[in-house]
Amino acid sequence: MTRAAGATDAVRVRRLPRGGTRARAAASDIVVRPARLADLDPVIAIDKTVTGLEKRDYWRSVFRRYAGNGQSGRQFLVADAGGRVAGFVIGEVRDWEFGSPPCGWVFGIDVRPDMRLAGVGARMLTAICERFRRSGVQTVRTMLARDNTLVLSFFRSQGMMAGPFIPLEMDLANAGEAPARPARSGPSR
Amino acid sequence: MRLQKNTSLALYSVIEFAADPERHVSAAEIAAKYGVSAHHLAKVLSDLARADIVKSVRGAGGGYRFTGNARRLTLLDVIRLFEDFAPSATRREPGEATPVGMALRLVQSEIDEIAKATFGSITLATMLRLVERQARPAKRSAARTRGR
Repeated sequence: MTRAAGATDAVRVRRLPRGGTRARAAASDIVVRPARLADLDPVIAIDKTVTGLEKRDYWRSVFRRYAGNGQSGRQFLVADAGGRVAGFVIGEVRDWEFGSPPCGWVFGIDVRPDMRLAGVGARMLTAICERFRRSGVQTVRTMLARDNTLVLSFFRSQGMMAGPFIPLEMDLANAGEAPARPARSGPSR
Repeated sequence: MRLQKNTSLALYSVIEFAADPERHVSAAEIAAKYGVSAHHLAKVLSDLARADIVKSVRGAGGGYRFTGNARRLTLLDVIRLFEDFAPSATRREPGEATPVGMALRLVQSEIDEIAKATFGSITLATMLRLVERQARPAKRSAARTRGR
């Protein structure tokens, strides 16, 4: 899995390595908890394995804004497998965007490659949804690139469907001009 | 985007097979369930067998069984066997070179891309869960009727 759009960087999706019995066994011992400062290095490392970029400043900024007890509706959670970070999920409650009642947004999720296909992503999504529920929201949303089929498939396998909102964008360099080409399927960044 | 008849038949069939991969399902059984001709369905099943999604099993109790990976195979994988997803640029029509034609092509392309992304992100495993969810109210309703 990887970060959903709404975060700052394009995502390259790779075919997942198969999670083995060891990963599945370790996944059963996982605790999903709020991220701590010491989790930042492993989180940066997991992100780097997927995107190929080390974005230390970005992650420090995310930690400052999203780590904590989630009182502001912001969540930065990690899957802790016996003291080792197996994955992370980030999200927040967003209010009244274009008339939408407050809802949870997941804008980043990723699992360490050797812990994939063992239910870690599902555990983290369940945990963040539970926290959203406790914040009083009834809906969770996400947004990601159309060609990110791997993560799209993951969210769909968890019960997500297309929602009533449509993402739109515009090339600011040519704002107001007719698009020169058909809509592309990849991320813009 | 409207799916052609063969594509719908293929999707019905694959979902039936994937629901119980061990079971051999006959073309006649699927044809009867979805109200289509067994002859028509046979051609679709043979295309699915060529793509290694199902396997034909001969003899008594024979039929077809699912051989794909339900957690990996998407609706788009099946649809692509029967539908032309070529960009509309390869299917030139009169008027397409005009500004109106180009603008319409842009909108159509946007719709096609969204449809592809939707079909490409729904695996058969996810689809089976959706089917189950759809079946639940029907079962509850049938139970209520029986209880009266």
